[in-house]
Amino acid sequence: MSGNGTAPVIDVTGLVKKFGDKTVVDHFDISVPKGAIYGFLGPNGSGKTTTIRMLCGLLTPDAGSGTCLGYDILRQSDNIKEHVGYMTQRFSLYEDLTIRENLDFMARMYRVKDRKRKVDAALEDLGLANRSHQQAGELSGGWKQRLALAACLLHNPDLLLLDEPTAGVDPKARRDFWDEIRRLADAGVTVLVSTHYMDEAIQCDNIAYIAYGKKLIDGPAREIPEMVGLATWRVEGPDLAELSAALDGKEGIEQVARFGSALHVSGMDAGKLEAAVKPFLKDKRYTWKHQPAGLEEVFIHLMSGSTDNFGGQEAA
Amino acid sequence: MALSTSRFLAILMKEFIQMRRDRMTFAMMIVIPIVQLMLFGFAINSDPRHLPTLVEVHDTGPFTRGFLAAMQTSTYFDIRGTVASSQEVDRALKTGEAAFVVTIPENFERDIVRGDKPALLVAADASDPATSGSASAALSVLAANTIDTLAIGPLSYLAGSQEAFSVIAHQRYNPAARTSYNIVPGLLAIIISMTMVMITAIAIVRESERGTMETLLSTPARAPEVMLGKIIPYVLIGYVQTCVFFILAFWVFSVPFAGPVAPFLLGLNIFIIVNLALGFLFSTIARNQMQAMQMSFFYLLPSILLSGFMFPFAAMPGWAQVLGTLLPSTHFMRVIRKIMLKGADLSDIVPDLRALLIILVAVSVLAMLRYKRTLD
Repeated sequence: MSGNGTAPVIDVTGLVKKFGDKTVVDHFDISVPKGAIYGFLGPNGSGKTTTIRMLCGLLTPDAGSGTCLGYDILRQSDNIKEHVGYMTQRFSLYEDLTIRENLDFMARMYRVKDRKRKVDAALEDLGLANRSHQQAGELSGGWKQRLALAACLLHNPDLLLLDEPTAGVDPKARRDFWDEIRRLADAGVTVLVSTHYMDEAIQCDNIAYIAYGKKLIDGPAREIPEMVGLATWRVEGPDLAELSAALDGKEGIEQVARFGSALHVSGMDAGKLEAAVKPFLKDKRYTWKHQPAGLEEVFIHLMSGSTDNFGGQEAA
Repeated sequence: MALSTSRFLAILMKEFIQMRRDRMTFAMMIVIPIVQLMLFGFAINSDPRHLPTLVEVHDTGPFTRGFLAAMQTSTYFDIRGTVASSQEVDRALKTGEAAFVVTIPENFERDIVRGDKPALLVAADASDPATSGSASAALSVLAANTIDTLAIGPLSYLAGSQEAFSVIAHQRYNPAARTSYNIVPGLLAIIISMTMVMITAIAIVRESERGTMETLLSTPARAPEVMLGKIIPYVLIGYVQTCVFFILAFWVFSVPFAGPVAPFLLGLNIFIIVNLALGFLFSTIARNQMQAMQMSFFYLLPSILLSGFMFPFAAMPGWAQVLGTLLPSTHFMRVIRKIMLKGADLSDIVPDLRALLIILVAVSVLAMLRYKRTLD
């Protein structure tokens, strides 16, 4: 996708942000092609929010440079703000304003033309037209999130920065939300989204995994498992909890994760993993199968902080 | 239901930790009493001295010199210069350039020697009775002392005669010396200072506290847009307060409004906007609503005590007058007293308006520089 000739929407190198003596973002590079859905993954406090804030001019980087939508992130943040839709992690519209008033406010802030019609259309799309006079604070988490998305779409941004947009939202609402994101991306909007959820990460075209302020891995979603190089065995059978306890902590086994009626047993060293699993293969109650690691296992692996040989991966 | 010492200690310790972390509040708690004690303990003096005094001289001689010297050494009066005409006397009192004007009539010395018992005229600005009261009371004593000192040799026949010359004190603007005439107009300055500063200070900090600042900052809004948008709605509240104030001032306190309305409105608008800008500046410093409140109060006390509202400005030591001059309420206090009580016109309040405008520009520039368009 990045090879189609158009300039990347986000192209930054060496971003550094320090709060006091703590380096929250450490030499971060990223290049996001137009129309991509780019996922930011990483544990809490890994610097995802800080990175997003630097991209849209809410924070000034201590070092680094680059462009966002062709504008310099250090000097032209006003221009960037005009064309970016930023959805904050925490609901940050006015709870004491009604739904309509909030949308109207945002439309005015971005000097949206034909404001009244736009706001009406947004309310209609949201399905909130008949509740438009309700205060935003009274909405449930899922509705707040939809309202926030609608608010940051009013000015037809070219780039959407979504900071954990679906935290605390029910699965149905999340699926609707992602349908909308996909629709926007198809229409040419570039989306950068940070998330904790693996099922959401899978929806992304590209994924950047961040921990301790450093980008550890970055690539097309389907290539990530290969890049990480995790080996996995899938096992099905009775009393999985017991088996899981027995497997856990064995040399060569780095994680045992349950997926429905199966366990996925993974490790970075395929040989050691096989050696560890071997004694259990004799038990006829279980069916074992060696398989390539899926994104899920990889993310559990990444999230669990096993960062051992990424240094080498990154350099390569 | 037993009480737990451990829980109590846990809470106690948590409070101490939070107190230590909230450096601003901590500093305020320590600094406020020190600063206020230092400021107000020294500055407040309800027995005003060194009041600016001008002299209208139509005669000179030993009695005139003696009386003026007695005035000066009494420390109540600070003779700053002379005026030539009664128009100048009026102007000096109206603008506040002088609190007293002493008029030495023609043939004053000759009339004393002849035993004609002439009278000295002292015009006093009584719009603040606290300022003029004790000084006025000292005048007749000063006259008697002057006579006694000079009644020697050929003039010894005047000794003991309390009436060799007399002093007629003319209390201008507030002849009945009603304190409410002075306090009530000043209250408008205090009310506006208090509410306008606090309301804007809180309005912006609230954005940060509720997280809405992040949305606001992610939009392309510029500092002046945010500042004006935040300030203007409260100007209207300032108008409402002013209306309420005047209703009470007229009906309850029967305070006159001697001067023209237009210059007053001009001063009022500038003053309201200065206070709102100041509130905006505070809000760029405070991290939460509590701190914003504390700062507002920190500002309010000097506005009450150093602005000439409660205590005569002229009675404060020089450094306190300098501090007072930095406060917008000091200048508006003068505007409203001059216009309401003395019937002053635009030309009389120009220096005060100029001071208010200078403060407005300084505060606005500072606030705009302090207003961060990032979350850093």
